[in-house]
Amino acid sequence: MTPPPAPLSRPRPRWPQWLFFCLIVRPFFALFIGLRVRGAEHLPGRDPFILVANHTSHLDAVSLMSLFPLSRIPRIRPVAAVDHFGQGGLLTWVTRVCLNVLPVARKGISRENNPLPVLLDALARGESLIFFPEGTRHSGEQVSAFRSGIAHLVARAPQVPVIPVRLVNMGRSLPKGALVPVPLFCEVRIGSPMKPHGARQEIVRALEEAVRELG
Amino acid sequence: MIHKLLAMPPVWRMGLIILACLVLASAITLWLRRRWPERDLSELTARVRAWWVMATVFFGAVAVSNTLSLVFFALMSFWALKEYVTLLRTRPADHGALVLTFLTIPVQYYWIATGWFGMFIVFIPVWVFLLLPLRLVMAKEPEGLTASAGTILWGLMAFGFGLSHAGYLLQLPSTPGSEANGRTLVLFLVFVVEVSDVMQYVWGKTFGRRKILPVISPNKTWEGFIGGVLTTALLSLLVRFLTPFGVWETLGVSLMLCLAGFAGGAVMSAVKRDFGVKDFGDLIPGHGGTLDRVDSLCYAAPVFFHYLVHYHIKLG
Repeated sequence: MTPPPAPLSRPRPRWPQWLFFCLIVRPFFALFIGLRVRGAEHLPGRDPFILVANHTSHLDAVSLMSLFPLSRIPRIRPVAAVDHFGQGGLLTWVTRVCLNVLPVARKGISRENNPLPVLLDALARGESLIFFPEGTRHSGEQVSAFRSGIAHLVARAPQVPVIPVRLVNMGRSLPKGALVPVPLFCEVRIGSPMKPHGARQEIVRALEEAVRELG
Repeated sequence: MIHKLLAMPPVWRMGLIILACLVLASAITLWLRRRWPERDLSELTARVRAWWVMATVFFGAVAVSNTLSLVFFALMSFWALKEYVTLLRTRPADHGALVLTFLTIPVQYYWIATGWFGMFIVFIPVWVFLLLPLRLVMAKEPEGLTASAGTILWGLMAFGFGLSHAGYLLQLPSTPGSEANGRTLVLFLVFVVEVSDVMQYVWGKTFGRRKILPVISPNKTWEGFIGGVLTTALLSLLVRFLTPFGVWETLGVSLMLCLAGFAGGAVMSAVKRDFGVKDFGDLIPGHGGTLDRVDSLCYAAPVFFHYLVHYHIKLG
């Protein structure tokens, strides 16, 4: 059993995130990108769930969060690597305050910084996770091989539904290293919820297949 | 009653004509659905409903102000270009050039808003044409550069330059001896081109047998084309008060616009075929994307504009 999470000394205010989504994210995806959503009926009506998607752009997590009603957004946590998003500066501020990311270690995993308890605690609090099992942003529209971390999480939380999602054109609109997005139509394709089980490798393969099939 | 109608400003008279057309279209759809309840008319119903929205938005913009109409055309250009570029097989190295491509649209419409004709007419064909490939060169990826430059610039010419001629029409001064001004000319252009599209569709659906372009666009038939063009020419006489033309010239100009519009539609159909898609988007129910609606205008607007500037209107 993991110990209960320590209460936050000061709960983070919600209004910056609320303003960020109302004034920037939603208008941006509606008027600039023209986000197309296929399979919206597969989005779970309640938390927690684990959303698993391919990763090509900084637009990925925001676009996925924008699909949910504002009241639920604070409970939806993109899982982000500390080594990229925890280095201070504007990126860290935006991801912490506006996206409310769940920072986890990606490199040099030890007993102290093991991400698994952090993720399981979040699920236990009723928070949903957005997870990019490719581990980093890739270029191109192909789905790269999933890393095994997601399987450890899914195996330890077998009752939580996993939603496979394929993101299209996000990496063409705002590729790695670019600062200005190009207004291309992007698409979110949502697959039906799954509860994969079995050996770690089978779970990884099942999820990877599910995301790839949405292509 | 008739006197009051004729005393109205031409833009409002046109508003009433558009309203009458929409009411007629809805009435016919309703009648068809009553007459043949077993036939599936959902596409027709969706199209007519979308026409109500499109006509209201377009006419509303034109009626309110020139600035709003320009914003309307700028958004059309932007959205059409967006649909086109999304389907292009762009390379990662094109990113910087694509940012410039989309920035071109607001700049082009800015020249229109300031009435700077000289810049409007050379900005995309000369300056963007010269500069955009340089941005591609800066990305240091020569493989596929020619294809990128070619496809991007073609889209800018069609949806940035071609379509923006409809916007510059708004800046044309009023012609002496008639009620025509920039606004009424825009209304005339869009009315003729869109009525021609609708009439070709109606005639083609009803009597279409012989295909004109079987490989490119299997839905276009000779019956639809000829019936549509003739009907449009006759209907254009109804809105002659928007133009400085006499009866024969109105017929000639509307024939020319129908041909240009047909050419535009054919070219965009071929482009869709090349991309392997049926429609450019799904913004407008029953119609497809913006580009599926403005394809004819991309060709008809420059033709109409340069005809006017050559024969009727002296620019500054």
